[in-house]
Amino acid sequence: MKYAEEFRDPTAARIQLDRIARLVAEIGATAEKPLHIMEICGGHTHAIFRYGLDRLTPPGIEFIHGPGCPVCVLPRSRVDECIEIAERPEVIFTTFGDAMRVPGTRKSLLQAKAEGADIRMVYSPLDALDLARRNPDREVVFFGLGFETTTPSTALSIQQAARENLPNFSVFCNHITVPEPLRVLLDDPHMMLDGFVGPGHVSMVIGTHPYDFIARDYGKPIVVAGFEPLDLLQSVAMVLEQIRDGRAEVENQYARVVPEDGNPVSLAAIADVYERRPTFEWRGLGEIDASGLKIRNAYQSFDAEQKFSVGYGADQLRRVPDPEGCACGQVMSGRIKPVDCPQFGRGCTPEMPLGALMVSSEGACAAYYQYGGHRAVEAAE
Amino acid sequence: MCLGIPGQIVAITDETRQMAMAEVSGIRREVNVACIATKDLADLIGFWTLIHVGFAMSLIDEDEAARTLEALHDLGEAQETLEAMAAGTSALEGAQ
Ligand code: SF4
Repeated sequence: MKYAEEFRDPTAARIQLDRIARLVAEIGATAEKPLHIMEICGGHTHAIFRYGLDRLTPPGIEFIHGPGCPVCVLPRSRVDECIEIAERPEVIFTTFGDAMRVPGTRKSLLQAKAEGADIRMVYSPLDALDLARRNPDREVVFFGLGFETTTPSTALSIQQAARENLPNFSVFCNHITVPEPLRVLLDDPHMMLDGFVGPGHVSMVIGTHPYDFIARDYGKPIVVAGFEPLDLLQSVAMVLEQIRDGRAEVENQYARVVPEDGNPVSLAAIADVYERRPTFEWRGLGEIDASGLKIRNAYQSFDAEQKFSVGYGADQLRRVPDPEGCACGQVMSGRIKPVDCPQFGRGCTPEMPLGALMVSSEGACAAYYQYGGHRAVEAAE
Repeated sequence: MCLGIPGQIVAITDETRQMAMAEVSGIRREVNVACIATKDLADLIGFWTLIHVGFAMSLIDEDEAARTLEALHDLGEAQETLEAMAAGTSALEGAQ
């Protein structure tokens, strides 16, 4: 059987799968009337496909893939602004490798690099700090990207740059937060979500309380989960138990890593360096209030938007619509499956992505493609 | 980028900057330990931690470290992270 090959502990997996099947039967969910469970985090999306959890769980459960892949929700305008900064002759532009292939309006960072821009892939903002120290005659810009898991790293790096008085280091800040888009999804009248599997490593930083509103105001269960396959199965079972019992609570399956109140040092650094933008644009979801972070005025010399007058630092903010024929927004809000996008596997593949959901292994379309979804397209052709 | 990778703290390299050397799957990489700092940083030596983009974010036990690493290998994320670390090092040397 499939799960016997995939799981290191097949017996434990079988126990959880039986438990899930029982719960689905008790709730009375079926393929025609399934429960919709959203895994928020892109890491979970990847793991669900990698281990085939969507096929191993009963048809009464449908996984909806949430907006938790920072590369996937980066709007084209922000990629264009990256390139605008990176193409300045004095700039060394540093970025996580994940962002290199995200398509902008005209090109990606990878294409800009091929055309001669000094763009370097780094593992950490610490590498960018080092580059700034070693190249005092150049402007080193770090592309700050990610949810609350990576936000502390840029906050601590900016604090360090301030202590050292590094004048040639700045951050192009695109940090975003997990809870706000969830509120938008829950407010959507078309949304039919029954429960959530919450992100593990984001919650390690922010704790579990930022999700309280999901249970309290919307009456939906959420279980913060680790990303090993057994963690995911156990968390799904915990969500189902809440649904069966008519409960809506924030539960923590990943307590071995996630403290209820988060990581105090990280939270203090974030609060010191960042404030919320009134609004921030998400690819496929549009503007979301208070969902993005901006560098505080106290640290404005480290803010690349101010330094180079781009993006929210420019007088006029550019807005760029998603490319023609791309259904990323509908996939992201769970309205259609990746394979239902007319571009899937045709105009849009991991090698030549049209939409951002195809770029990163955490994007729903790339996960579908990598783990067999493209076969569905070939079969249909 | 979003998933941390387990590493073991093997030495403190810079007290003031709160930097330590960590061993991640046999590769050594300097990491920041501010988020897990104890009064005496040397107390961290030997501990396992989850490292996100060069920052140790949480202490974990050895068992958890081993299981997390297995899952990361399955997902191809461990290899990707190690490659990113290597890319970071060559970026510093000016390689494009
Ligand atoms: S297949 Fe491509 S264009 Fe279509 S939704 Fe997915 S990423 Fe967007």
